[in-house]
Amino acid sequence: MSALLAYTGDPLFAKGLDLVVWIILLVKLIAVFALLMLSVLFMIMYERKAIARLGTRWGPNRAGPLGWLQSLADGLKLFFKEALLPATADKLVYRIAPVIAVVPAFVAFSIVPVGGTITVDGYTTRLQLADPSWGILVMLMASSVTVYGVMLAGWSSGSKYPLIGAVRASAQMISYEAALGLTVATVVLLTGSLHTSAIVAAQHGGFLYHWNIFRAFGAPAAIFFVAITAEMTRPPFDLVEAEEELAGGFNLEYSSIGFALFYLGEYMALVTNSAIFATLFLGGPDGPAIAGHSIGPFWFALKVLILLYIYIWIRATLPRLRYDQLMDLGWKCLIPASLALLLIVAGARIGKDGFWGWLALASSALGFLVLSRAIDVGKSQPQDGRLAELDTP
Amino acid sequence: MSFLTDNAFVNFFKGFVVTGKQPLKPKVTVQYPEEKRPKPERLHGRHVLNRYEDGMEKCIGCELCAGVCPAKCIYVRGADNPPDAPVSPGERYGFVYEINFLRCIHCDLCVEACPTEAITESKLFEFSFSNRQDAIYTKSELVVDDSGKPKVLPWEDWKPGDDRNTSGWLRATSPSGRADLEGTPLWSGELGYGVRSAQAGQSDPQAADVHADFDISVREAGAAEVKGAGGSTVSPVRRPSGVQPGTSQPGTSQAEAN
Repeated sequence: MSALLAYTGDPLFAKGLDLVVWIILLVKLIAVFALLMLSVLFMIMYERKAIARLGTRWGPNRAGPLGWLQSLADGLKLFFKEALLPATADKLVYRIAPVIAVVPAFVAFSIVPVGGTITVDGYTTRLQLADPSWGILVMLMASSVTVYGVMLAGWSSGSKYPLIGAVRASAQMISYEAALGLTVATVVLLTGSLHTSAIVAAQHGGFLYHWNIFRAFGAPAAIFFVAITAEMTRPPFDLVEAEEELAGGFNLEYSSIGFALFYLGEYMALVTNSAIFATLFLGGPDGPAIAGHSIGPFWFALKVLILLYIYIWIRATLPRLRYDQLMDLGWKCLIPASLALLLIVAGARIGKDGFWGWLALASSALGFLVLSRAIDVGKSQPQDGRLAELDTP
Repeated sequence: MSFLTDNAFVNFFKGFVVTGKQPLKPKVTVQYPEEKRPKPERLHGRHVLNRYEDGMEKCIGCELCAGVCPAKCIYVRGADNPPDAPVSPGERYGFVYEINFLRCIHCDLCVEACPTEAITESKLFEFSFSNRQDAIYTKSELVVDDSGKPKVLPWEDWKPGDDRNTSGWLRATSPSGRADLEGTPLWSGELGYGVRSAQAGQSDPQAADVHADFDISVREAGAAEVKGAGGSTVSPVRRPSGVQPGTSQPGTSQAEAN
């Protein structure tokens, strides 16, 4: 553990910043950008084809080989459309909002380790764009900034419905951010480091065995998965768009490039958050080596693909939650559960160090009991007159 | 032990099993331009103007079709037959006959109204135009050729079978059809194909279903699905009450007569 605490990030900077280091950084930056853009094109087609098969259809299969160029064609079409600007819109904010929605997804991916280290010309670097000491907090920051993009887009459209949609969306995202942050804190407590590469390194050593998904009874992984799904407004939490029920959400007034950017940001967040889930809970690039060669990026990609398929599967299976159910799940279930989990894990970690540790663990358990009692009391109270009538037979 | 297999938590994942099985099933998608579902027998497509076996046109220029047309898409101007070279067997013939397919709703009322079965509808529905002029079909484009086949125009996509069964036949359900004539072909023959058997189905709905192959297969698949899920027994084919499968009612069905 002490080795992990003394962790100092990417070995690339050990010799100081010279020209080769800058070039390596630039190459990594461009590679991550290109990878994410391609992964979005891939993901849109992957989702359309998988969801079609889950409905015993074929999905798009006309544009390009087996239809794989369909999303490229759709994107080109969107970019050649007219970019409408509502007369009542706040023009500057209206144009900036989609960018604010897209950029965080890029930023969040920069901390994801996709493999081990490679050595180029005597310079050893991680297969990871950045490994800052605040590590996983970048991901929390990114998901918070995305809310600004959504809120500003709805507000600057100068129209009622996007504003209502934006309020709905931002309320949902902020609600689940609390549970998300508490779960990430639990993982950080389990690992003892904020570095994503350290979180991955702590899960290495034995396929499956050390992965965080099995620690603390799988509770952090489950809560994180639900919270991140709601944070991305993926089904069954897609009340932001609710294609079948609403005219549109916060992006109602957007067309052409603005709409394309929101779409891009949505799918990029999906890929990025799947990658972060793989990093936090599935050991990132951890997996058995083939013939002595470490094939971390392959295992990483495989895990992300399986996670993406699970998201699509969920979309094909679960019906959409009602808004009050969504809020109940977030505030009455996930936040107390993740808070209690954090208390217990924190107590258990200090509990190793003697009397004060055991006292901390005992008070954590007490705190958990009080919290669960409070939840029970809160649940038994009727919310308003109408619900009380429904509850009494 | 049923609480282990029948609780909310397990049932939540049972839903995923149901959707997870779907990719293994045969796809319902029909790859449309290359592959087509069979068309219903009564499909209303592009019109044709029929001829008798001696080459005479059936149209007598009476304008009943134009009169009955609710979309006002048919324009007919009759003219007296030239005595030395008559076009139709009657006194007059359709000198000008135009249908505007941008207005036509394919209701088939013109076919019902026609006293000589001159105008009928083929099964072709995939005809598109790049200008409004092409949408107005003139008589030379509508009249069938010497073998009774409709003219194939450059912008039309005829598939095998589209030109079959264009002739009128007694429809027991049509306003002019009489129930006691069901199963009896009354109208004249179809050039190139001879006399068609009349459509059955007024008193035996199952006989009518025999023609709609695609409909039956879809419904059978759906019924098997319901049975497989442990649900009720849904009959794959709609049957009239009192008629069991396998027991025939004599003399009512054209399918049985065949």
